[in-house]
This record gives sequence, structure tokens and C-alpha cells, in this order.
Amino acid sequence: MNSIILQLAAKYVRFLLIFFAFVALLRGHNYPGGGFIGGLLATLAIVYYSYAFDWRSVQKKLFMKPQGYVAVGLLMILLSFSPSLIQDETLMKGIWVSIPFGLLGQLKLGTPLLFDLGVFMTVIGVTLLFFFTLTKRR
Amino acid sequence: MNYSLLNISLIMAFAMFLLAFALALVRIIKGPTLQDRVVAMDLIASITMGFILVYSVLINEAMYFDIVIIISLISFIGTVAISTYLKQNK
Repeated sequence: MNSIILQLAAKYVRFLLIFFAFVALLRGHNYPGGGFIGGLLATLAIVYYSYAFDWRSVQKKLFMKPQGYVAVGLLMILLSFSPSLIQDETLMKGIWVSIPFGLLGQLKLGTPLLFDLGVFMTVIGVTLLFFFTLTKRR
Repeated sequence: MNYSLLNISLIMAFAMFLLAFALALVRIIKGPTLQDRVVAMDLIASITMGFILVYSVLINEAMYFDIVIIISLISFIGTVAISTYLKQNK
């Protein structure tokens, strides 16, 4: 597709989509959202960009094959298990660390966030694999 | 349920959205060409956005506004995908 309107729109809409993907990812612990929905939104940004431009340039910008995203995501999920094992707790127990962050309050990090990031990466990889396979663009 | 002006207008808005939804559905079922159906699907996405906004006003919940933003971004992508498919088949 060589539509100028589409290409101009894709330049800005993809940042919006990725922003909302991270919003959905970060507030997913207490409100609607989460890793799965964030991953789907981030994938839609990539798919939209690949419709507007050549899909080869998209694959160059991804700097990994979709299978690589799946592998990194699953490794992150495995890593999120390790703190509960080290502290001799039940598997997958959420462990939180509070970091003071100046005037902004406290930054709460924990294993549920790492788990959600892993789901995020895995969903991006799997959905991109579906997309590239179904459109015969592997 | 109190009969304030806001509630009456919200219920009227629901009725009109339902009517518009039914008309778009008729166009999807009857539509002579594929292009008509694509435009009707886009229209249904817009009607859904309006429906969610009116509902969020009715129950006093601001959480649904994000869903509307995301639907408005995604329905556009669906239309683009179908149009590329139509262009490939030509």
C-alpha cells in the first residue's frame, strides 16, 4: 500500500497505540488491563505500521524474530518465579519492593509486574507469528 | 429510577443508538457489495463507541473512556486490513 494519508497517520497513531499498551500494562494489577491486553495493543501498532509501509522495514525494526520475543517473554515469566523460591515461600507469591522516588511518591516494583511483562512479550511474539504466517510474509 | 432530564435524554439516546445499530445490521445482511458491508461494520464500531460513552455517563464511571479511545484506534486498523485484502484480490 502506498497511500500517503495512511503512512502519515501510521507515524503518529503507532506511538499512541504503544502508549496505551503501556498504560494497560502498568495499571493492570488493580484496574482493567494487564499484560495480555497490552501485548495485543502493541501488536496492533506493529501490524498497522506494516500495512502502511513495507513489511520488510518492519521486520528490520523489530531486531528479533517473533520467536525471539516468545523466548524472552517465557524467560521473564521463569525469572518472576525465582524470588518466591529464594525466600522459601509458595511458588508465584507476589513479592513487592518499594523504592522512594522523591516527590512523586513511591515506586512499587514486584514479581507480578515482571510476570505481566513476560506475558506482554509472549503475546507480542505469538500474535506477530500468527500475522506473518497468515499473510504469508515469513 | 428518577425522571430527571438527564435520565430521560440518556434513555432516548440508547433508543436511537439501538435504531441506528439495527439499520446498520440490515445493511450488513442485505448489502449488495462487500464495500457496503465494510462501511457498515465501521459504522457499527462508531455506534458502539457512542453506546459505551452514554452508558458510562449513566453509571458515573470514567473507566470506560479508555475503552472508547482504544476502539476508535482499532476499528480504523480493521478497515485498513480489509481494504488491503480487497486490493490484493483485484
